[in-house]
Amino acid sequence: MKKILVLLMVVAALLSLVTVLAGCSNSVAPMNPEARLTVATTTSLYDTGLWSYLEPKFEKQYNVKLNIISVGSGEAFVLGKTGDVDALAVHDKPNELKFIAGNYSSARVPWAYNHFLIIGPPSDPAGIKGMSPEDAFKKLMAEGNVSGSQVMFVSRGDNSGTQSKEKQIWAAAGYQYPEVEKSGSWYIEAGAGMGQTLMMANQKQAYTLTDIGTFVTYKSKLNLVPLVDQGDILLNVYSVMVVNSTKNKAMADNLVTFLTSPEIQDLIGKYGVADYGMQLFTPCAGQNY
Amino acid sequence: MHAIVDAFVLAVKLIFTGDAEVYSITARTLAISGSSTIIGALLFVPLGCLIYFNNFWGKRALISIIQTCYSVPTVFIGLLVFLVFSRSGPLGFFGILFTPQVMVIGQVVLISAIVTGLTISGLSGVSPAIRETATSLGASRLQSVWLVVKEARFAVLTAVLVGFGRAISEVGLALMVGGNIRGYTRVLTTAISLETGQGEIALALALGFILISLALIVTVLANRFLMTKEVNIAQSRASVS
Repeated sequence: MKKILVLLMVVAALLSLVTVLAGCSNSVAPMNPEARLTVATTTSLYDTGLWSYLEPKFEKQYNVKLNIISVGSGEAFVLGKTGDVDALAVHDKPNELKFIAGNYSSARVPWAYNHFLIIGPPSDPAGIKGMSPEDAFKKLMAEGNVSGSQVMFVSRGDNSGTQSKEKQIWAAAGYQYPEVEKSGSWYIEAGAGMGQTLMMANQKQAYTLTDIGTFVTYKSKLNLVPLVDQGDILLNVYSVMVVNSTKNKAMADNLVTFLTSPEIQDLIGKYGVADYGMQLFTPCAGQNY
Repeated sequence: MHAIVDAFVLAVKLIFTGDAEVYSITARTLAISGSSTIIGALLFVPLGCLIYFNNFWGKRALISIIQTCYSVPTVFIGLLVFLVFSRSGPLGFFGILFTPQVMVIGQVVLISAIVTGLTISGLSGVSPAIRETATSLGASRLQSVWLVVKEARFAVLTAVLVGFGRAISEVGLALMVGGNIRGYTRVLTTAISLETGQGEIALALALGFILISLALIVTVLANRFLMTKEVNIAQSRASVS
């Protein structure tokens, strides 16, 4: 009696698992992997609304569902390595090159660039306005460590492309990143996407490093202003990479073709101009960045 | 204060103007959490009965473990499900990470302990005299078990509703294994998290109101359904006597 009941239970458990895995997929949503392309994208591209703008165009042109997963570039690389996504849209050249060296992808294809900004409260308590990025970081570190200081810096703290850039600037300013992390309570690691980090910096009236696209999109919600915007190190290049282990290679290649096509490049260049009065992305397909 | 009033107005507007995005997120949330609750109930209410009605070595320890699992954090289950269903994981060949299906699986796992445990507690609340009497009057084992389960139906429904509440309100697991993909795996909780992060506080609050309303409606409907049954049973008893 007991054994029969246990057996029945096991059968019921297996049956329902199979139903979830296969059966209900037909009624709830199509599960055919060929009909979906999954792309891990940096939060900065997502938070500017660029993906929401391009997604329907791509879906219509190639008759496919585009699944956009908005994560930091660091997590995007992990999802690429495990093979859980078909392509990456990232902005972290050193790690992109490592990804290729690890044979996880064959190429990085740059398709747009803009710049990073160091932004902060309008009163600029650290006095970094107009400095070079490296000097500004030095000044922030010095001022942040004064006791009772108003100076705070919010870092993404999520291994994203933006944080990778931040680390490059710290290195250029002559600091080891671990010592920056340990330098005191003025340095805040948010562990969040770009938009959320901006909102946090705004609440704390702190400095932060942001790409110009997300900053302009969020500007109306922020009481923070650009303070440093000049310097070669602030260049921000977005590339698309097809993951080698994808089962959807043809469609992933279509995404590369799509992003670098003259028509879409033109749309990327115009994106946001009407709403924000300035260009958010400069298209750069075929150029060497 | 001003912002909260604005948010409330926007919430009402979004609900009654039939905003397509809000409606599809709401429908998807109900479909996913509803499926996981139904599957969870079908699996774990019987499991709870099985544990309660059988005596075996280590039964008390097992029940303690189940009760401890009530408070397993959703992000931890999210992490486990992610590892198992990632393409590099043992069930990766299904290729269902970042789909609604895997969210349902995760939520079933999430509510398993609470539905099983509360079912056991509910059955424990029924007086043993009922079963003894039924057996002495010649009821078979299955008949007497069924009688106890019927007596405990409110408690069992509560177990299922608590499971539903946990499934529909969790965000960590949905975000990690679902990926918050617009139009596919975005549910109310992950949308609230996203909109708050993007500074769209009003929209986030509006979605929050919808989430609370949904939970309330489901609970009220379930209770009403049971009350009606109760009345029917009372009436049939009255007419027999």
